[in-house]
Amino acid sequence: MARDRTVLSVRGVSKRFGGLVAVSDMSFDVKEHQVMGLIGPNGSGKTTMMNLISGALRLSSGQISLQGSRISGLPAQEINRRGVARTFQLVRVLPTLSVFDNVIAGCAFGHRRRWGRDAEDHAHDILERVGLEAVALAPVSSLTYIDQKRLELARALASDPEILLLDEWLAGLNPTELQTGIELIKDLRADGRTIILVEHVMDAIRSLCDACVVMNSGAKIAEGSPGEVLADAEVIRAYLGDDDA
Amino acid sequence: MNGNELRNILLAAAGLGLAALLPLTGSGYLLSLGVTVAMYTVLATSWALFSGPTHYISLATGAFYGLGTYVVAVGIDTLPYPVLLLIAFVAGGVAAGLVGLATLRLSGVYFVIFTLGLAEMIRQLVTWVQNNWGSHRGLYVLTDITEEIIYWELLAAAALVYLVGWWINRSRLGFALRIIGNDEVVAAHCGINTARSKVLLFMVSGSVAALVGGLLAPRWTYIEPAIAFSAMLSFQVVIMALLGGASRLWGPLVGVIPFTLLWEVISGHFPNQTTLLLGVAFLLIVYVIPNGILGRLEQLYRAAREGAG
Ligand SMILES: Nc1ncnc2c1ncn2[C@@H]1O[C@H](COP(=O)(O)OP(=O)(O)OP(=O)(O)O)[C@@H](O)[C@H]1O
Ligand SMILES: [Mg+2]
Repeated sequence: MARDRTVLSVRGVSKRFGGLVAVSDMSFDVKEHQVMGLIGPNGSGKTTMMNLISGALRLSSGQISLQGSRISGLPAQEINRRGVARTFQLVRVLPTLSVFDNVIAGCAFGHRRRWGRDAEDHAHDILERVGLEAVALAPVSSLTYIDQKRLELARALASDPEILLLDEWLAGLNPTELQTGIELIKDLRADGRTIILVEHVMDAIRSLCDACVVMNSGAKIAEGSPGEVLADAEVIRAYLGDDDA
Repeated sequence: MNGNELRNILLAAAGLGLAALLPLTGSGYLLSLGVTVAMYTVLATSWALFSGPTHYISLATGAFYGLGTYVVAVGIDTLPYPVLLLIAFVAGGVAAGLVGLATLRLSGVYFVIFTLGLAEMIRQLVTWVQNNWGSHRGLYVLTDITEEIIYWELLAAAALVYLVGWWINRSRLGFALRIIGNDEVVAAHCGINTARSKVLLFMVSGSVAALVGGLLAPRWTYIEPAIAFSAMLSFQVVIMALLGGASRLWGPLVGVIPFTLLWEVISGHFPNQTTLLLGVAFLLIVYVIPNGILGRLEQLYRAAREGAG
């Protein structure tokens, strides 16, 4: 298993909203089986970067490739079919569908398509994986916050993506839930999933990430192992400066 | 297919068979009422196939219906009737496809307004063409197709729509539409081609509306744009579908029957108050039964079962 195969490559990517440059000339690579942390203070452009990768937004300039072929400029559904799946910072579940159908939604049209019995078996496996098997037939409205987050993760996993984008998936959980959440992502990591993790929880970053890219005001200010970047003077200044403001 | 579905199909077939016996009563009044009910059932059910899951309110039914009527009216002296129906069906689908491609990227309100304007636009266009090139303002449709035949044809169309609807609900297309109705951004991120799914379903409802227009053409012996392209028809279809409940296949039927009967009574006794009925039905939908009669019944049924269990 070649550990250094590049799954996702971001080159010179920028995104402008009118006069505001939300992402500025970003470049980085994500290798196969790597969990990459994308961190930075509030408003630094992390979610925008995720939106550019998943096709929710179009880039102003630059290029993004998945396994060597260009995906930037494609519509979101095509990018998903090529193997990019995500969760959203503000949870988005499908409220009128059952928990089970929410997961089927993830695998019926996406990267590795399944339908009928095949999809149902697969959905059961994934629900079990994220710990929602017991509520499979419940309506989504009855789920707690962490269960909604689990469900979103299950939906993203259902298409068996080449790369998984998690936008603050651990945010808003209480300390016990946080431990459960971290364990769950550790499991995914052990499976060899390739993941980009946007996260503010430092413990999670230290224990989960192989590498980190740090953003501030839309630009990359540091890159390296979690230990290195969190000790970096500019990174500390960016976080503290943001806290003072 | 499970036991429940088999039961539903048998029930539907039995209901249809029973409805087909209506002409045997020999009452011209009942038959004409039956034609109206059957026509709105087909129109409202096919409307709900698209609008139920997506929540896009289309007011274009009158436009597609009128298109079908005109296809038959223009061609009746030159082509066999079944061929004209086929052309109407295809023309409705093509028109809906074009409208869909142009508008389904629009958000809700703009879509509603555009579809409302569409019928008016086509009506003006047809009037203009006739005034400039036609010999009359209207067209004559003289056939030996009786009211009974129209009625049975509409029942067959209803059966077709129910079958197609049942099939779509089980298919990935129907599932995709439900996801789109929930959250279009999530739908796209699940790999769904949202524009294509919406346009496809919109074409189905456009084709059916045009087919119904074609089936009804022989009922009017004389056709002019103001009759064929009626905005009122579009509104009635929406109201009936929502009244019954647009999220279930047989929901619109539950709205069509009481509404048509009431309409009949009111237009018989107070011909100027039909708009009032439309308004009252609309208020009822908005304030009392947002999920339609069927949705309300399901809610009561669930409550009763929970109370019992
Ligand atoms: N659709 C948009 N239109 C205009 N400005 C936007 C849009 N999306 C994001 N921005 C701006 O871009 C900048 C980066 O926002 P973004 O949400 O990417 O930050 P973030 O790093 O994810 O922040 P947080 O940690 O708070 O989630 C912010 O200034 C934000 O206001
Ligand atoms: Mg964010």
